[in-house]
Amino acid sequence: MKAFAALLDRLAYTPSRNDKLRLLADYFEVTPDPDRGFALAALTDGLFFRLPFRRILTDLLGPRVDPVLFDLSRDYVGDTAETIALLWPGGRAGAKPPRLSAIVEALQSAPPAEVPALLANWLDQLDATGRWALLKLMTGALRVGVSARLAKTALSEWSGVPLADIEEVWHGLRPPYGELFAWLSAKGPRPEVEGRATFRPLMLSHQIDDKELPSIEPKDFIAEWKWDGIRVQAVHQGGERRLFSRTGDDISGAFPDVVESLPEGVVLDGELLVMRDGEVAPFNALQQRLNRKTVSGALLKSHPAHIRLYDILLEGGEDLRALPLVARRARLEAWHKRNAPRRTDLSGLIDFTSVKELEILWADARETGIEGLMLKRRDSPYIAGRPKGHWYKWKRAPLVIDAVLMYAQRGSGKRSSYYSDYTFGAWRDGDAGEEELVPVGKSYFGFTDEELKELDRWVRNHTVDSFGPVRQVEPNLVFEVAFDSVHRSTRHKSGVAMRFPRINRIRWDKPAAEADRVETLAAMIVD
Amino acid sequence: MIPERFDTWLTVDRKGLFCRPGGFHIDPYGGAQRAVVTHGHSDHARPGHARVLATRETLAVMTARLGTPAEVSSQAAAYGERITIGEVAVTLIPAGHVLGSAQVLIEWKGARVVVSGDYKRSADPTCPGFELVPCHLFITEATFALPVFQHGDAGEETAKLLKSRMQFPDRAHVVGVYGLGKCQRLIVLLRDAGYDRPIYLHGALAACCALYESFGVRLGDLKPATGAKREELKGEIVLAPPSAIADRWSRRLPDPVTAFASGWMRVRARARQQGVELPLVISDHADWRELTETIAETGAEEVWVTHGREDALLHHIQMTGRKGRALALVGREDEDQ
Ligand SMILES: [Zn+2]
Ligand SMILES: [Zn+2]
Repeated sequence: MKAFAALLDRLAYTPSRNDKLRLLADYFEVTPDPDRGFALAALTDGLFFRLPFRRILTDLLGPRVDPVLFDLSRDYVGDTAETIALLWPGGRAGAKPPRLSAIVEALQSAPPAEVPALLANWLDQLDATGRWALLKLMTGALRVGVSARLAKTALSEWSGVPLADIEEVWHGLRPPYGELFAWLSAKGPRPEVEGRATFRPLMLSHQIDDKELPSIEPKDFIAEWKWDGIRVQAVHQGGERRLFSRTGDDISGAFPDVVESLPEGVVLDGELLVMRDGEVAPFNALQQRLNRKTVSGALLKSHPAHIRLYDILLEGGEDLRALPLVARRARLEAWHKRNAPRRTDLSGLIDFTSVKELEILWADARETGIEGLMLKRRDSPYIAGRPKGHWYKWKRAPLVIDAVLMYAQRGSGKRSSYYSDYTFGAWRDGDAGEEELVPVGKSYFGFTDEELKELDRWVRNHTVDSFGPVRQVEPNLVFEVAFDSVHRSTRHKSGVAMRFPRINRIRWDKPAAEADRVETLAAMIVD
Repeated sequence: MIPERFDTWLTVDRKGLFCRPGGFHIDPYGGAQRAVVTHGHSDHARPGHARVLATRETLAVMTARLGTPAEVSSQAAAYGERITIGEVAVTLIPAGHVLGSAQVLIEWKGARVVVSGDYKRSADPTCPGFELVPCHLFITEATFALPVFQHGDAGEETAKLLKSRMQFPDRAHVVGVYGLGKCQRLIVLLRDAGYDRPIYLHGALAACCALYESFGVRLGDLKPATGAKREELKGEIVLAPPSAIADRWSRRLPDPVTAFASGWMRVRARARQQGVELPLVISDHADWRELTETIAETGAEEVWVTHGREDALLHHIQMTGRKGRALALVGREDEDQ
């Protein structure tokens, strides 16, 4: 547990992706089985204990900690679990801390009534970092900035086995991943997962550039709308139904409605959307259903999910990935006609005779949920990764506004000596009739390193107030901010929130008074 | 028998804590006629007093830091030496905080009062260890007076720094340290852990290190970080004042891992707020356990709490049946040293 706690502690403070990979690889290298396997499970959200955790903690704390001291501490620390970890009167001298595997195995098998006593005993044996890690582990949310994808990437870098190969077996394996580690350390064969509901790495597209556009000919390419949802892979194999995100995260728990009617023996590629009365709802609606482990009946009803299918990778146990796209498309159409699973439809093909015509069609497309066009080569096999010359995306030009820099915050990691996170605002009429700025968004990218240096200098020279790592600046610098769309928001004072804002240009030249108004943004809302 | 209530002869005025029968202030703010100074940190040792009593080491720190002018009459007291000032006897006792740090024992008409100054009870090879003095009134610091502060083993934190250095050999490790005390303690901790490479110093730290060495604390090979080539600093440990670690100064270092050695690093929000990547919980102050145990061991029936988080400690003092009082002293908010 000590090594696992030290790893989590270090990861939580380490902003750089490469440094995280290094820390993870070092841990996998020196930690024995099955501890490293359980650590991997915890990092990839593969451990989930059903415990009345808050009640257990309250019961344990009662006789041990003075409530006044606890409240003062909690106010200072800001987080309940961390407070408990820090003030637990433990650290028994000479105690040998338990192994991670011993903890996980005990939690998986102990009767619920015995858990409080087990927990108290472990807390007594661990130091503060160990206690913090244990409590995080038990809540099931580590929040140390490591995605399942990053953990798998670390496995790949550590072992030299390509990430795609790990992805292919991943969902057929279970903690503590003994077979996997044996294979990755060249001490065992590749784990056998055929026939199990595993993830197949996706084929991805390139952004098309203007020079390539003329080469798109209808005889070589098909065109489809690019829907504004999230890319998913739906699988029903070996009696298991699963939905994977584009990075191979299992999101089945949040979307039981779209996989329940899939027949056995199929792997499908498509776009996950929320659809109401046959219409695609804005991305915002889909967002309500993402990042959950489970979903309520009410949400299933108010935000029904749907998959718009565009490819088939496997049918009835037959791997179709080597077939050309048009052949797979024919199989997909026939399969869909036969089975017609609920909450799915096919992404339609767009007839076109020239790129010009496509452009006109696109300009006229008023339907919501269309983000752009996909152009796919008719004879492309399904190739994992982002192969050149096969699939292209052609996105709409982003929306832009001119906004005024209001606050700058220190970045993290390499950027911690720079004011690199910017909050910008738009004008509106204040209560007293004068013009006021209200924040409309925040962004920390889109500019070059050179520009960052200039911005940092500007912030330092134009600060009017500072609170901790945040500086308020004179409202005199205009950013051209690009974003994908804008939505209503009750959480923002301005009432609007941008999706994916980035600093497009720094308008050193533009007077702040000429920046845009909140009304301009509000008019861009699509509902 | 204690002759009078303490607050009739130990009072708080604009300059701070004043001992009436001795006619002196302790760690006063602004120019005092007569000052007893516990240690050299800037929130305790201030300029402008006419007469100063302190340990020889603290006087040296004050001269180095403040450039004490010649007209100030300073008097050095050895630890344990009983000195009469006015009607009272004053004895300086090791506090274990930094080089020269002292508690102040004041005796008057049979009453014994100890002013702790800043102190710690965990081991520190750079200064004499804290000595417990039984007393009637204990005036304690309270910098880390919350039960969440339990400083662990400083050696383990040092090991964390050395491990990180092995894991990231292409990066410099810049560690924020306070110039007086923490800096030299960390250097000695590193040396005791077998680290014998040169340690690079921000210019602001050099004077205090030289002073420690002049008092016989061996620090090994120290080099200025300013002027060192970027390439040369890869894999090296660089010490700098906390204000420099996440600011423009640190840009000269190769992809630095930002560390900070402080008791505050135990709380994640504090570490994150300062952009720290490698927090090292090394403190020169007493933690909650030391504060509460020391109060009990002094046998004091009355305890006054100076700067820090008084609420929690006062609650504890009252719950354990003692008389407690918060002293509101100016200029001691959220001290960081
Ligand atoms: Zn101090
Ligand atoms: Zn102090």
